[in-house]
Amino acid sequence: MSTATSEVNESLFQRLASWLFNWCADIGEVVHDSFVAVGMFTVFAGRLFRWLFFSRPRWDVLLPNMYQVGVRSLPVIALTGTFIGMVLSVQSYAQFRQLGLETRLGAVINFSLVRELGPVLAATMLAGRVGSAMAAELGTMRVTEQIDALSAMGANPIRYLVVPRFLACVFMIPALTAMADFMGVCGGFFYSVMVLGIDKFHYLQNSAVFVTQFDLMSGIGKSVFFGAAIALVSCYQGFNSDAGAEGVGKAATSSFVYCFVMILVLDLMMGIFLDSLYTALYPGGIKLV
Amino acid sequence: MIDTEVTPEQPMVQVQNLTMRFGSQTVLKNISLEIPAGQTLVILGESGCGKSVLMKSIIGLVPPTRGKVLFDGMDMATMGEQQMARVRLRFGYVFQNAALFDSMTVGQNVAFPLRQHGGFSESETEELVLAKLNEVGLPPSVVTKRPMELSGGMRKRVAVARALIVNPEILMYDEPTTGLDPVMSDVINELILRTRRRIPVTSIVVTHDMHTARRVADRVIMLSPYSRLERGQPQILFDGTAAELDTTNDRRVRQFVNGEAGERLMELASEANSEW
Repeated sequence: MSTATSEVNESLFQRLASWLFNWCADIGEVVHDSFVAVGMFTVFAGRLFRWLFFSRPRWDVLLPNMYQVGVRSLPVIALTGTFIGMVLSVQSYAQFRQLGLETRLGAVINFSLVRELGPVLAATMLAGRVGSAMAAELGTMRVTEQIDALSAMGANPIRYLVVPRFLACVFMIPALTAMADFMGVCGGFFYSVMVLGIDKFHYLQNSAVFVTQFDLMSGIGKSVFFGAAIALVSCYQGFNSDAGAEGVGKAATSSFVYCFVMILVLDLMMGIFLDSLYTALYPGGIKLV
Repeated sequence: MIDTEVTPEQPMVQVQNLTMRFGSQTVLKNISLEIPAGQTLVILGESGCGKSVLMKSIIGLVPPTRGKVLFDGMDMATMGEQQMARVRLRFGYVFQNAALFDSMTVGQNVAFPLRQHGGFSESETEELVLAKLNEVGLPPSVVTKRPMELSGGMRKRVAVARALIVNPEILMYDEPTTGLDPVMSDVINELILRTRRRIPVTSIVVTHDMHTARRVADRVIMLSPYSRLERGQPQILFDGTAAELDTTNDRRVRQFVNGEAGERLMELASEANSEW
């Protein structure tokens, strides 16, 4: 009886040890892979910045990228901005009307737009439109050996493919964010004044008083970092795409997911930083409420 | 076959004890090879034996796990990016699927190496592009077309024109006739031969196509997949002229040359079963 019990205990112990061992190995693998991925991304970013600062990109490569990122994204960004402004107006009106503060709607809509919603939603939209396209394009180039062909002809792929995309995103995404802000302001104004019948003079005056240049510039400033993150993450995913159609599809999808996470993390970090900066610069600054 | 004059000088390419490993998979082990200037070397071997990897390691696209690749006496692995870019101008590489840039026209593809490295005016570049396209038998009307608008054979010829435009000292062809009809395959073979006759270029051709091997090779080597080797066996199964392929005693080489499956199907089935 005691022998049987000890055998059962031993077998249980062995299974537990084996499970624990496998669990540790799995955790170790995840940690190892994470370190490798972070290391590879850092090396990739380092190579990008080295080429960025020591070599000027050619205009004939840069301009088509700017056109792709900037001009081709304009309609979708304008549409996004307009609807954000109008939806904000729809959602806030009832509460503000109950308090008799409906003329403050302009301040709330425009403040939310230029500080947060404009930059974040424009960046999210661009991560989907521009980032995924970049990852898919570079991924296809990787699997069809076009990136190898560039190297074989003595052209550095980072310099030729990544630097122009990075610069296009860094310069064009803030410009698109300004467009999203402008269209959002127009959309909010249209719905509040033309549809809900809020007094135009007070709507505009409250907007002018409560929304400062600092708010506008902080939103645009954030979008520079969002642009850099979108370009870096998307190009990295494309460059490291797995073979085949599935690999390219996976690169495009993970590009959007990682970009979105990066945008949210950067938004939080910069929000905290900019808030502290605002308090330091304007101790008695204007408060909305 | 073309008669070549191999100079007794330093070989153009020296591969010394090259080992290539990807993760846990060993693709090449202890490969040593010398390619004299002006020689046309054909690398044969079944799929997955590392032919393309060997060629990519020669041009420095894949760094060796162990061993050295010397080009003109220079170690490719220790070169900086700028030196590597300069050295690669001495190479022309025709990729398996042509690897033309989809976003560019045929003209822009062929002109790419010249525009990338400068030194030519726009009119000189255009002239050279038309001359190289003519050399590979393509009309000037293809200049404005996109690669997707061309047939497989035309794309391969555009890739050859792009490789030739820098007047390389060493030309590498990765399966140049794969996926082409027999006539177009022979057109590509003829292009390889004509290029050899016209300029004293060293050529490396990776292929499965025995017709190509017999037509263009001065020297043939055959690689075996590393996983099929027994302990201590060299990975290069054959090194000789194309004519010697028919008289070799090596069973695996004969099977490959004659296109006979032999016991290979049983081996593959046994490998598959061992994984289950």
